[in-house]
Amino acid sequence: MTRLLEVSDLDVVYLGLTDEGNVRACADINFTLERGEILGIAGESASGKSTLLTAVTRLQQAPAVTPKGSVRFYDAGDSEGVDLIAADEKALRRYRWSDISIVMQSAMACLNPVTRLEAQFADALRAHDRSLNRAQIRQRTADLLAMVGIAPQAMGKFAHELSGGMRQRALIALALACDPDLIVMDEPTTAVDVVMQRQILNQILRLQHELGFAVLFVTHDLSLLLEMADRIAIMYGGRIVEIGQARQIADDPQHPYTRGLRNAFPSLTEPRRERHGIPRSPPDLRKLPAGCAFEPRCDESVAACAAVRPELLDIGPCLAACHVRAAERGVAPLPTARPATEVIA
Amino acid sequence: MTANNPSASGPASTSRLAPEPRANVPETPLAQMPEPRRSRGGRFLAKRAGFYLLTAWVALTINFFVPRAMPGDPAQTLALQITRQTGTTLSPEVLQSIRNLYGDPNQNLFEQYWNYLGSIFTLDFGLSVSRYPVPVLELILGALPWTLFLVGVSTLVAWLVGTSLGIIVGHRPGSRLDLWLTPISQFFSSMPSFWVALLTLWVFSLTLGLFPSSGGYSPNVPFQINNVWFLLSVFRYATLPILTGVFVGFSGWLFAMRNMMVTTISEDFVTLARAKGISERRVIFRYAARNAMLPNITGLASSIGGIIGGVVLTEIVFTYPDMGYLLFQAITTKDYPLMQAIFLMIVLAVLVANFIADSLYVLLDPRTREV
Repeated sequence: MTRLLEVSDLDVVYLGLTDEGNVRACADINFTLERGEILGIAGESASGKSTLLTAVTRLQQAPAVTPKGSVRFYDAGDSEGVDLIAADEKALRRYRWSDISIVMQSAMACLNPVTRLEAQFADALRAHDRSLNRAQIRQRTADLLAMVGIAPQAMGKFAHELSGGMRQRALIALALACDPDLIVMDEPTTAVDVVMQRQILNQILRLQHELGFAVLFVTHDLSLLLEMADRIAIMYGGRIVEIGQARQIADDPQHPYTRGLRNAFPSLTEPRRERHGIPRSPPDLRKLPAGCAFEPRCDESVAACAAVRPELLDIGPCLAACHVRAAERGVAPLPTARPATEVIA
Repeated sequence: MTANNPSASGPASTSRLAPEPRANVPETPLAQMPEPRRSRGGRFLAKRAGFYLLTAWVALTINFFVPRAMPGDPAQTLALQITRQTGTTLSPEVLQSIRNLYGDPNQNLFEQYWNYLGSIFTLDFGLSVSRYPVPVLELILGALPWTLFLVGVSTLVAWLVGTSLGIIVGHRPGSRLDLWLTPISQFFSSMPSFWVALLTLWVFSLTLGLFPSSGGYSPNVPFQINNVWFLLSVFRYATLPILTGVFVGFSGWLFAMRNMMVTTISEDFVTLARAKGISERRVIFRYAARNAMLPNITGLASSIGGIIGGVVLTEIVFTYPDMGYLLFQAITTKDYPLMQAIFLMIVLAVLVANFIADSLYVLLDPRTREV
């Protein structure tokens, strides 16, 4: 497999949203994505997953900024890669849609309400190939819509004339327009019911199989990721706390938070037993503890957890940021309870 | 395992979703595909037109009943007033016309109504009292082109300036331009129009002597529409009133457009348009401004309805020979036939403008085409 995307030490900060100053919504994000791979990112609300997506695609709006880190994108045959964070808008436009496209959550809000579908496909197609004529664009649009099971007549329609499921599928077709290497999906199935959700996911998987694009898939629904992703990253309090193969996250989650998520939904085949949620609420990103952000809710925490923030380490089955797990596996000793206390900037 | 609900699957059922076979789409050869229908708004517009015709009829009818509901005999009073002011006796035709418009106690109401409608549709609004025996219609036709030109141009220019500036400041809210231009324009718009008119008159006409102080055209050139010097003088005389109108009017459009832009620019479809890699200008105009502009376009169309009334205060300052000035004269001389005709014109113009606004909206916003 060849590398497609490499995110290193990425921070995303919302400038001056509160009186206490800036809010760091994503911190020290590190992950890689191979060509044709499906990487799922799961986490609860406000864990920074959507912020991460907009930063990776460089679609973030003020006051969000990326003060440090890089997002290196490797175009086909380009071993050097290009840092999307450092690139200016003009350079980025080369990569937009033809290399990286997105599917967003609310399909109604994503389509321009006053132009026909055809015009919105044409916009994307023309932006990357000026030589296309109208007949070619209509043909391509029809082909794209057919890929997601929509009749070509729909291209003459406006967004409000389509059903919710059709809009979402049209958006997926739109994302495929320029044959991208990477499609970023931000909860693409949240707005539809479970039946349509299943249909759409199957469609994404089939198309991914046929066309070979990579997917960065963000959702709060871990169970959904377990079924479709190759690898899964779990975010908590703006950081990745565990990243591993989907099978491993499903069968043998390491981080206590992942375990909590994993145990929160029942299996169809196991005997009935009581389910437990994770007690208490997610952390306030404005005042994260000095140590592990999950420590206040963790039932395995030790004294060191509150004092020292765990790094994301290779602990064997996966990468995880947990002192207890690292010590268990003999990767790193438990830090002493009071070393030089690290304070979050 | 139920294949329908992914969230119901557990550790033992982590089999991946199976990529489904390609769905069967009914294949229609593209060549035979019908072009999208473009005339769905037709029925909608016919309905709206019907509605406006009804409203116009109601307005005409109210106009018929108001003088008849007044105590005494307004027609008689009016006839006496004309006689007193001009010293002439009214001819039977003039008297009949006044009776048609203002009521005849000796005739039954239905017959009166029929005669009244006849008068209106032949554009017979009676004779002006203050300028007897000039027909009201003649006075209105004399003032109307000036109004359409002056108020029309200043409204359009103010709209264009305000809307374009609104797009510029609205697509980057909080930018330095936004922080300065938006409050300053608000300050401008809070100035009373007649005061701005007096100020421009004082500065540009009386002090600097750049522009004439009153009137609609130079008295030194012949009144000929095909005379270049006459046209030039018209533009010169209109400059200050237009400037005043634009100055006072543009900021309302700017503010409305800016606020719509601010909300539209953060919509998902604008973000998606950016992600498509199309040029920023296209994103701003084709996606953001195209949607944000809709209320401003309706606003423009309905403000065109108000044009007929003129901008009374400004026109008085500049003694510009248009409808605003005519209305002012009608009020000061108690010229009821003239006033009534102007009001009727205003009502009809507002209706026509609203119909235009509706039609434009149907063209611009496909969501309104559903009937």
